[in-house]
Amino acid sequence: MNPVLEVDRLAVDIRTPAGTVRAVREVSFSVRSGETLALLGESGCGKSMTAQAIVGLLDPVAHVAGGEVRLDGTDVLTLPPAQRRRLAGPGLSIVFQDALTALNPIQTVGAQLAEPFRIHERLSRRAARERAVELMERVGIPEPRARAGAYPHQFSGGMRQRLLIALAVALHPKVLLADEPTTALDVTVQAQIMELLRDLRTEQQTALILITHDLAVVAEQADHVAVMYAGGIVETGRVADVFAKPRHPYTRGLLDSVPGEVARGTNLKSIPGSPPDLHAVPSGCAFRTRCPLATDVCAEQRPPLAEAGQGRMSACHHWKELADD
Amino acid sequence: MTEPEKSRPVAEPGKSRPVTTPAVPALSSAPAAAEAPLLEVAGVSKSFHVAGRRRLRALDGVDLRLERGETLGLVGESGCGKSTLARVLLLLERPDQGRVRFEGTDPFALRGKELLTWRRRVQMVFQDPFGSLNARLRAEDIIAEPWRTHRDLVPVKERGKRVAELLEMVGLRASDARRYPQEFSGGQRQRLGIARALALGPDVIVCDEPVSALDLSVQAQVLNLLTDLQARLGVSYVFISHDLSVVRHVADRVSVMYLGRIVETGPTEQVFDRPRHPYTAALMSAAPVLDVTPGARRERILLKGEVPSPLDPPSGCRFRTRCWRAQDVCAQEPPPLEPSGEEPLHAAACHFPLQEPVTVS
Repeated sequence: MNPVLEVDRLAVDIRTPAGTVRAVREVSFSVRSGETLALLGESGCGKSMTAQAIVGLLDPVAHVAGGEVRLDGTDVLTLPPAQRRRLAGPGLSIVFQDALTALNPIQTVGAQLAEPFRIHERLSRRAARERAVELMERVGIPEPRARAGAYPHQFSGGMRQRLLIALAVALHPKVLLADEPTTALDVTVQAQIMELLRDLRTEQQTALILITHDLAVVAEQADHVAVMYAGGIVETGRVADVFAKPRHPYTRGLLDSVPGEVARGTNLKSIPGSPPDLHAVPSGCAFRTRCPLATDVCAEQRPPLAEAGQGRMSACHHWKELADD
Repeated sequence: MTEPEKSRPVAEPGKSRPVTTPAVPALSSAPAAAEAPLLEVAGVSKSFHVAGRRRLRALDGVDLRLERGETLGLVGESGCGKSTLARVLLLLERPDQGRVRFEGTDPFALRGKELLTWRRRVQMVFQDPFGSLNARLRAEDIIAEPWRTHRDLVPVKERGKRVAELLEMVGLRASDARRYPQEFSGGQRQRLGIARALALGPDVIVCDEPVSALDLSVQAQVLNLLTDLQARLGVSYVFISHDLSVVRHVADRVSVMYLGRIVETGPTEQVFDRPRHPYTAALMSAAPVLDVTPGARRERILLKGEVPSPLDPPSGCRFRTRCWRAQDVCAQEPPPLEPSGEEPLHAAACHFPLQEPVTVS
């Protein structure tokens, strides 16, 4: 089966007072219908920026500086704005982290959920409202008919996230991006929301791109993973393979940083230093200043994301050293 | 709650033991209390008045004990009262009922200089390393500021040297003293916050989600620092976190809170491996697990609904509305926190505690 979405050498620049910086560089990945791809990385690695570039919702200070985003083979980045807008909903859709700011505070949730049906399917007010209520029921809002007249602030955090998901899946998007959809929620509610996303993905045969910093969420939810560091992808592959035997020292470092098996009171392995400022990304490999394997070549040549075993890729000059042990 | 806020000396509590250097005079106002736990909370309740003359019961009969040099993990979801409890420990909130004892003394009964002395003994590390440091003070002033209130602690002449020691103790450089908080990364700022907490040589540090704002690779560094400091200084931590894997790593004992009550408490291994309260079991099973070995996926207890409003909590057992084991008695009688037969240190507040461990991994 062909991938429904292919991102090809995507680059995003941000204008800052100190000059233009490249926040996303040469990012390529693809995802198939019914599959979940996780974009994993720490804050500032460019994962959210990548998602915003894909759906066309970049902040005004940022712009796409190169690459293609192909939905069913068509590059959406070159489409005229009107055509691109028509894809928002049935083609590409996004769930944001912060449900309170993503919903309109002065419109009832029923009206907000009816809007996609009004615009894309040109339904009557009444028919669209009916669909909105069905949708609320599907995502698990109790008493949907009565609650349709309520405003976002009258819902709890978990319920607001459900509403946002409802809005995103209303038109059965081919690709659904979820940007840290559960980070702001309590653990027991997180589990409910992930369950809902998973069910909807299967039900609608959507391709799900899950943007997260949480390794455990990736382990449980995703089929494939792309690990990002300082704006670029450093490793891709099936989650089971990558997490069992990482082939990039950054992925390895992340996995080692998780408190888990390590006995209490003993030290966790950690990655020294912190992620680089985008204004001062090291030459060559961006990770080399924190990397235990770094050698001279890492400072001189930026390692390309290249095949590193069956169905896997790594952007490391020394990945074989990791594969050996 | 517990708004991180700088430069309000009164809100900067804590006393101290001369941690590493002799500069700090030892002042223990309760020398004879060797037997009493370092910190003891018994039956503490605290309500707040909110709009419409309603009462929000944030804490409802909470018991807690902390020994010298140990880490107590405090776990629970938002609104369960963790932060109010932290504020009580910091003497920022006076409980409506119940008792708080530091080495057998009631700190709420103290006044003036004695109170000041006591305040040094409990310090705080905040969640947000950005909002909890004054952006207009240099690192050295942030660390030294508590000494302006606790004047006799470090002689003025030695303060520069002491700042340098504290910076190095938390893994920063002495030369960082002249920098402003915004020149540091998130992890470094959290180190700075820890240095400030240590400046008064506290016996207890209340860490309110100290690593949840940090990236994973940096989080491990800060957890290691906290562990090392405890080994070196013998300081006790009350470690508040929603991240169970972090709590499991740092805590000697764990207390689980739900809607203002402690529902389960005990040694970390016992609580994690053999949870007895259904809420604890559900909480642990809800946390995603990093395990990709085939067949590792475990049974998940998916709780229905969300935590009820603390303005209108359920009668009897607070958890009964979401509990799959609840029966009539649960609506009528609040279950007491009782130890189990085999594990005398491990107590749960449930009429129908889990006997068999629910498989959690």
